[in-house]
Amino acid sequence: MGKTIVQKIFDAHHRDEPFVGTRVLNLDVVMCHEITTPVAIADLETRGLDKVFDASKIKAVVDHVTPSKDTKSATQAKILREWAQRQNIDDFFDIGANGVCHVLFPEKGFIRPGYTVIMGDSHTCTHGAFGAFAAGVGTTDLEVGILKGVCAFREPKTIRVNINGALPPMVFAKDVALEVVRQLTVNGATDRVIEYGGSTVDAMTMEERMTLCNMAIEAGGTSGLCMPDATTADYLWPFINGDYDSKEAATADFAKWWSDPDATYDRVLNIDVSALEPLTTLGYKPDQVHPIREVGDVPINQVYIGSCTNGRISDLREAAAVAKGTRLAPGVRGIVSPATPKIFQQALKEGLLEILMDAGYCITNPTCGACLGMSNGVLAPDEVCAATTNRNFNGRMGKGGMVHLMSPASAVASGIAGRLTDPRSINK
Amino acid sequence: MMKPFGGNIIFLDRSDINTDEIIPAKYLTEVTKQALAPYLLEDLKLDGFDPKGEALKTAQVIVTRENFGCGSSREHAPWALEVNGINLVIAQGFARIFRQNMFNCGMMALELPAADIDALFALSSQGTVSCDLDLPQRTLAIEVDGKPAQTFSFHIEPFDEALVCAGGWVYYANTHY
Repeated sequence: MGKTIVQKIFDAHHRDEPFVGTRVLNLDVVMCHEITTPVAIADLETRGLDKVFDASKIKAVVDHVTPSKDTKSATQAKILREWAQRQNIDDFFDIGANGVCHVLFPEKGFIRPGYTVIMGDSHTCTHGAFGAFAAGVGTTDLEVGILKGVCAFREPKTIRVNINGALPPMVFAKDVALEVVRQLTVNGATDRVIEYGGSTVDAMTMEERMTLCNMAIEAGGTSGLCMPDATTADYLWPFINGDYDSKEAATADFAKWWSDPDATYDRVLNIDVSALEPLTTLGYKPDQVHPIREVGDVPINQVYIGSCTNGRISDLREAAAVAKGTRLAPGVRGIVSPATPKIFQQALKEGLLEILMDAGYCITNPTCGACLGMSNGVLAPDEVCAATTNRNFNGRMGKGGMVHLMSPASAVASGIAGRLTDPRSINK
Repeated sequence: MMKPFGGNIIFLDRSDINTDEIIPAKYLTEVTKQALAPYLLEDLKLDGFDPKGEALKTAQVIVTRENFGCGSSREHAPWALEVNGINLVIAQGFARIFRQNMFNCGMMALELPAADIDALFALSSQGTVSCDLDLPQRTLAIEVDGKPAQTFSFHIEPFDEALVCAGGWVYYANTHY
């Protein structure tokens, strides 16, 4: 019987099966940030186990609150910084080189097809875009990952999501991600991995695939994966050109991970996106998804463009294209947070930041910041934000605030009109 | 060392209670578990629920609906429960990471079928509800106002039971790998 990509990855990383249905896997990459790692470090110290399984396989970044906003966040950064130094972790990214983990680490080429990846962060599923099994975990799983290089998972079931059709104008990967969550619901993929395929996914860039996989967790998914192909090889080429003779050779090698045609799926979902519309969320759950043109008059106070979902260069290009020659509506605040220093510099070079600043936007340094209500754009009670982030939970961006999730183009359009707005209705 | 599982129950009658509601992100800059204690369920909006009320203060067990603990991977959610004396959450379903975090901490995330959860909620109006969990016997005995009311049986994955008995994943992994 055929195997799915995740079954192949599990078999290739098999360490133990302590009980039927539970697999302990060897890990290729353990990623760490300053919010969930310090407690793991402290616990390892307390147990007299302050060591790491392989410093070259550990990547660390200060990204959630950076530059530090107070004594507590500065202490978290300090704990991570000193630990990285003590454990000889070369791939540690601090102020000046730091950015949102799920954007920065792929940019550095750390994620490869067939890898097993964990991080103490639920949006680790983003890295499945490379054909890796990447899962968000808690601090204890992270701690054991750091110490032993292993993590336990239940035997995976897979939901295959076939996405077909050409995306209409002003409809983006974010809209597809929202549509998938709408159809699966917030727990439809619990204890499942989501495998994305079809002509729409095949045609997507790596950045678009990362946006798609990023929101697998909003349907409860353990991970979300795309098959690694020529697009993957092209993105990774600067990092793998010593391993392969050509991109074609790399692409051919990646195909070994592909799900077999006779693989068994828990469920198959078919989505035609050729008539998909720009979408947003109403309410406090990410599956409460509606076409923007149907939401009625929803005034906003803030536009936020950034995060591990939509803080990449293609997102800033999309935002700037809509923002060019416009202004934020009176009383609406606009915040753009390029997700990494490289993206920031590229956006500067292309004039995207100038366009956005001319439109009235404030540009922040790369950080997770306002997405989870930490800094750089926290909402006041009863305020409303059009956000390119991934979670609209009650209080997520600040106690009493309301978050509407959408694409960068839709967020900018909403900023121009001062209310939730379908980007197709903006006439310039 | 295994934790005690049982005591007074607080009922949270809603599905999809997320980890931002269990412990808001602004408290994630705390580096000790104990510091989270005052903020448990601070952002949960639910009719009749008061995060500073007696029902939560005296509870050792939560009974709730579907997909409890969805969202962020923060283990601060189980920790905030633990430092408030709550080691057992009973639900119709859990988000994967939260459930794993509970067992990794040697705590118990017990899944019961919808009919059993409905039966538990039906008891909640009849008085003060408490429970006692017997892991080897796979039984959950419910008392209302101190009198035996109903007993449920349950299933637990063998790996999850091993984690609970070992006192969590670090102990287990350090002896096995």
